[in-house]
Amino acid sequence: MTGTEDLISALRERVAAAHERSTPLAIRGGGTKAFLGHPVDGAFLDVSALTGIVDYQPGELVVTARAGTRLAELETVLAEQGQMLSFEPPHFGADATLGGTIATGLSGPRRPWGGAARDLVLGTRVINGRGELLHFGGDVMKNVAGYDVSRLMAGAYGTLGVLVSISLKVLPRPAAEATLVQQLDATTAITRMNELAGKPWPLSGAYWETGELYLRLSGAERAVDAARDAIGGDVDDDPDRWTRIRELQTPLTAGAEPLWRLSVPPAAPLADLPGDQALDWGGAQRWLVSDADPATVRDTAEKAGGHATLFRGDHDARFHPLPDAMRKLHQRVKQSLDPAGILNPGRLYPWLDSAR
Amino acid sequence: MSQAGREYRGRPEPDNAMAVAQSDIADHKSQLVRDLQSILPAESVLHRTEDLAPFECDGLSAYRQLPMIVVLPDTIDQVQAIMRLCSTAGVPVVARGAGTGLSGGALPLDNGVLLSLARFNRILDIDADNRCARLQPGVRNLAISEAAAAYGLYYAPDPSSQIACSIGGNVAENSGGVHCLKYGLTVHNLLELKVVTVDGNLLTIGNRALDAPGYDLLALMTGSEGMLGVIVEVTVKLLPSPESARVILAAFDDVERAGEAVAAIIGAGIIPAGLEMMDGPAIRAVEDFVHAGYPTDAAAILLCEVDGTEAEVAEHIDAVTAVVEREGATDVRVSRDDAERALFWSGRKAAFPAMGRIAPDYYCMDGTIPRRHLARVLKGIYALSEEYGQGVANVFHAGDGNLHPLILYDANNPGELERTEAYGGKILELCLEVGGTITGEHGVGVEKIGHMCLQFNDAERDQFHAIKAAFDPHGLLNPGKAVPTLNRCAEFGAMHVHNGELPHPELERL
Repeated sequence: MTGTEDLISALRERVAAAHERSTPLAIRGGGTKAFLGHPVDGAFLDVSALTGIVDYQPGELVVTARAGTRLAELETVLAEQGQMLSFEPPHFGADATLGGTIATGLSGPRRPWGGAARDLVLGTRVINGRGELLHFGGDVMKNVAGYDVSRLMAGAYGTLGVLVSISLKVLPRPAAEATLVQQLDATTAITRMNELAGKPWPLSGAYWETGELYLRLSGAERAVDAARDAIGGDVDDDPDRWTRIRELQTPLTAGAEPLWRLSVPPAAPLADLPGDQALDWGGAQRWLVSDADPATVRDTAEKAGGHATLFRGDHDARFHPLPDAMRKLHQRVKQSLDPAGILNPGRLYPWLDSAR
Repeated sequence: MSQAGREYRGRPEPDNAMAVAQSDIADHKSQLVRDLQSILPAESVLHRTEDLAPFECDGLSAYRQLPMIVVLPDTIDQVQAIMRLCSTAGVPVVARGAGTGLSGGALPLDNGVLLSLARFNRILDIDADNRCARLQPGVRNLAISEAAAAYGLYYAPDPSSQIACSIGGNVAENSGGVHCLKYGLTVHNLLELKVVTVDGNLLTIGNRALDAPGYDLLALMTGSEGMLGVIVEVTVKLLPSPESARVILAAFDDVERAGEAVAAIIGAGIIPAGLEMMDGPAIRAVEDFVHAGYPTDAAAILLCEVDGTEAEVAEHIDAVTAVVEREGATDVRVSRDDAERALFWSGRKAAFPAMGRIAPDYYCMDGTIPRRHLARVLKGIYALSEEYGQGVANVFHAGDGNLHPLILYDANNPGELERTEAYGGKILELCLEVGGTITGEHGVGVEKIGHMCLQFNDAERDQFHAIKAAFDPHGLLNPGKAVPTLNRCAEFGAMHVHNGELPHPELERL
């Protein structure tokens, strides 16, 4: 316990000193998501030693763990109690930490039904850019006291604060699960996925790649059985199917080619772009393996009502650009939490700190 | 002027400085009225006392304040022009939806403009393919589900005032409802907001996809109580209506045992659509009022709703029945049809108005606690009831630990009001002691601004103020609410209901 407090004090001192001198810090946990966004030119601030589950009450559906806790370890502990992180986070490596998972805000195939990383965040302890240790939210389900700074941390890539610990809502693992596979083209798959999502089927995954639509059903035994019979298709008994989808280890998504993530309304028509696409999240998240011109990809995603991220590949602007008024607001929000612009500068948007 | 706590009760007495400046104030006001009339039709700018009176409070009627001016715009352009004008003139603005809030979040300022979004009441678009609805902020919560029903869809968050409360206000308060344990709060069911900033710019936050680039400002805006911007359009997610829903009513002769049954249901791996609890005094007051058939000799009842496909509901009904019987329920009933399901819920939904039958006034608390401390907190609430000499009836959103103790009192008896306030404050402190929060779903507003000083330290509150300043550098949006300044960290507010009447007595309150 004292060890942890010492660690937190040391982190606070380093952040405060960096704030004082305006020297950038590159926050690092397990390093498994370093390929996302832009590299940070700064001294490493290693939070990987900040480990451990602080509190876990299965009956409360809440777990609180320190940011450096290995994601795999946390999931094992939850599984022992028949529970899970319903946003099904990708790991991208054995060293993945809870802090990095929340900071990148990524969610797996269950996301449209199980919620996003930010949806499950109940509270956080963070060190802001001044080196202050602050507690936002809490470890109860409903809490509307103060601004929701905890959820703001999700997907902020460490640019607004150093996560120290995170409280998450957890959910019971479904009693039964089954995966169906149907042979369809992409356009028919988009229609089928949205038709099914518009009905009260116990869906928990809908993924299409190269002519095959995978539908995962989760819930009470009788509900899964009934849905399997009604929806139809072959039963897919590959136990690692959804792990490979989650980890981008499918034939299409694995590899080294540039990989775009298109986040669009689920029923948006198949984008007319060069390259190959896979459809996850019932159509709301699409993976595009393509050398297409970034401006074209972004324009296409935006016209469809969403945005595009260069998930893997080299470019000086990996995240979707923001309109002017939103840029200014982002800069001011960033300044309010990190006035000296020392936390992961450039990781998200290079212009975030340029208002200074 | 002060905006915290008790000063709001009754009309503020102008102090000497204000009296001296009365003529200046009148000039300032008439100039502002003229300027607003150049933006809006004359009938959309209210400035006479008799026209302002309907806006002097929201659902927390113990706090009243006439606004200087009320504006009723019809278009986003008008809202932008109003904000530009007020921003330039340095006039504070309070946005208001349906005015059903329970924490005084829409309480006007005597030197401010009250911006009513009541005329923004149109459903702009229902996109059945993408399962979302684009709405003006004044659209009533229930109207969304009514409009979506034609597509087999509905909007999940269902605050009990849903026949009257508006979606813009739901966003501002991050409203909950009976079904949040399974379906989430407002924040979990939003896709996009259009927001007018303090200086009149129009921002689009979010989109129709499941996430947006940049910071999650959608989450930050939700529950920000009108402090960061004026919401002028809301796009919400719609869910497929469940095929079936049934309610189990289980009675217990011991409150603690009922609490253990709640934990056991969750422990069995079931997330009920709704899981509510009432204690003996609440059961008896309600039964007397609506005759829902509740067992009046029970110390507590649980109402557990499960929904899903027919097959799923059947399986969960069996499982929950087995659990509550094992946990010692003295009486277990399962709704046979939708009429009986509605009957089981009718008592719970009438709990607030039913209090009017047993006491002239009541004071509603809104703390949330980790559920495992339910027995301890309840015992504390009962012990404090003895200590302060005020009766109490308890209704809970048991599934998510959100307590609504209703303290009974009579404002006409000298000292009871003060004792009730002190008692209420102790309950909130008890919630904080066990690791809970002072407000689960009603918001801070002006009511709990004092208790924010207990829940957050100076550095945390300073951080909130810094975030507020990023959106509103001069503090013109709803000043004095939600986050207390250092020198305001002393006052404690309270919700008082006189003669059992809320400003909207026809609404169900949960």
